[in-house]
Amino acid sequence: MTETKDSFILTVEDLTVSFDGFKAVNGLNLYVEPNECRVIIGPNGAGKTTVLDLICGRTRATGGSVRFKGHELLKMREDQIVHAGVGRKFQNPSVYEDLTVFENLEISYPRGYSVFGALAFRRDQAVRDRINEIAETIFLKDHLQEKAAYLSHGQKQWLEIGMLLIQDPELLMLDEPVAGMSVAERVKTAELLNRIIADRSVIVIEHDMKFVEDIATRVTVLHQGKLLAEGSMAHVQADPKVIEVYLGH
Amino acid sequence: MSDFPAMAPGRETGFLNRTEMLGAAALALVIFVLLPLALDPFRLNLFGKYLTYAFVAVGLVLCWGAGGILSLGQGVFFGLGGYALAMFLKLEASTPEATAIQSTPGIPDFMDWNQITALPGWWQPFHSLGFTIFAVVAVPVIFAFIIGTAMFRRRVGGVYFSIITQAIAAILTILIIGQQGYTGGVNGITDLRTLKGWDIRTDEAKTALYFFNGALLFACLALAQFVRRSKLGRILIAMRDREDRVRFSGYDVASFKIFVFCLGAAFAAIGGAMFTLQVGFMSPSFVGIVPSIEMVIFCAVGGRNSILGAVWGTLLVNWAKTTFSEGFPELWQFGMGALFIAVVLVFPDGLAGLWKSHVEPLFGRLKPRTSAPQPAE
Repeated sequence: MTETKDSFILTVEDLTVSFDGFKAVNGLNLYVEPNECRVIIGPNGAGKTTVLDLICGRTRATGGSVRFKGHELLKMREDQIVHAGVGRKFQNPSVYEDLTVFENLEISYPRGYSVFGALAFRRDQAVRDRINEIAETIFLKDHLQEKAAYLSHGQKQWLEIGMLLIQDPELLMLDEPVAGMSVAERVKTAELLNRIIADRSVIVIEHDMKFVEDIATRVTVLHQGKLLAEGSMAHVQADPKVIEVYLGH
Repeated sequence: MSDFPAMAPGRETGFLNRTEMLGAAALALVIFVLLPLALDPFRLNLFGKYLTYAFVAVGLVLCWGAGGILSLGQGVFFGLGGYALAMFLKLEASTPEATAIQSTPGIPDFMDWNQITALPGWWQPFHSLGFTIFAVVAVPVIFAFIIGTAMFRRRVGGVYFSIITQAIAAILTILIIGQQGYTGGVNGITDLRTLKGWDIRTDEAKTALYFFNGALLFACLALAQFVRRSKLGRILIAMRDREDRVRFSGYDVASFKIFVFCLGAAFAAIGGAMFTLQVGFMSPSFVGIVPSIEMVIFCAVGGRNSILGAVWGTLLVNWAKTTFSEGFPELWQFGMGALFIAVVLVFPDGLAGLWKSHVEPLFGRLKPRTSAPQPAE
């Protein structure tokens, strides 16, 4: 597990974070290939969300390294990690409720990131076209003028996915994208995800096994901050350790 | 009056929508026509003083209303701006001829009383009006930049930020009072007379300064509106709602907070300088905790989401304060407190919010509407 292949888009090695002595993530290695859809599963408290937090810079690691296309992410600020091409969706829909769907997407449009860039930002045709295109993809074309506060839970999840899509990240990290959705919304989301994972690497945390089976290239099982098993869905489902700590219950 | 307007997708709306345009016109009418016609020079000067607080309130709309950064220390920047100009005016008033009876002629009187025999080096540049005008804005902005960088880079926010700004207001007051040989102490810098030979104490000068102050306020309102209308304005609102989402959308959140805090400081400083010019002195009682909180109340009463509302709120609260403190000197402070509680509990969006929810619908019924109000192109 220690050799580094150049073909990996994301190389996580010996990643460790300790909260007052408790190691939420402990010596984790994770290798993600381009265009791979990696699903992370594991029981509650396994450290799944913490791994995403460490990669995107929300939580600072105690040790180890996270390299994305040759950049060491652990040394970078959150916004620099985003500029490097890593997008992160949070577990609870995280949208700007006081702004319209259009404005939510506009803020994520990858231009005018600095203070003065934001002051000078113009809403030109390219911006409008791109926002319309994304809105169509995330099923919110008819809601562009609505305040995000009035969207349903599922629509907010889609909006947040759209806010990431507009930045066109090379690595997209999604934390439970179908949690709390109705069956109909879940089907639509699976369809949406299948379309957007086609040309980028994706790391998904998900509990819904049916959904995992649909989208996963490979599955990583975490338990108590450590890697328990890794491989295809069929492979990890047959692993007795995985059945013991997670699937069997 | 304006709330943050929902903008139609695919189209840039105008600089002001129709309500905002009417609101601005009404405010201009009151400030530039009605008040000067209705009031004697003394009362007009009083309203000019109120309007200097409106600069602070407009800055607070950007920092607090839009950005969610509640500074309880805006008096610091108001004071620094005011003191910078007061230092220039004091030096001009302290000619060797005018101060011939002092043991050291040619230095400000309070220095002489404190046995200081030479003008301190950091007072020297304030002989120049150009430097002073620069310093009025630059000193508070640099100070705000340092405070903002120290706090926002470390992700200090919310109540902690408010408390620290309040502490800074207290510290600066103590510093000014303690260093009375250099600052005029608790009395402040008083007995200001002329600006480049122009006597600012006459009625004519006060009236002229009132109009100049009004024009400056409108310039600041236009700048504030430009910021609110830009993507930066929407990022501020987004930060207030979901700071993490903004950060993980690729923005360096701290730099936006620092910017808006500095802008608020610049507005406050301009207000402070205009205060000094119109009132004729500057003292620590406009720097500390109480004035800083009063300025927040002006903004809250007017509506923290509306730059025009903040101006109306400032005028109204100050007018009420003067009226009530003339009639009931013991009671007005309780009234002020009650007003703040009422704003927080009953109408959190202030007068602007009440206008939007209660008055605007009446207009809507009066005139036949062809379609939804079209934003001015």
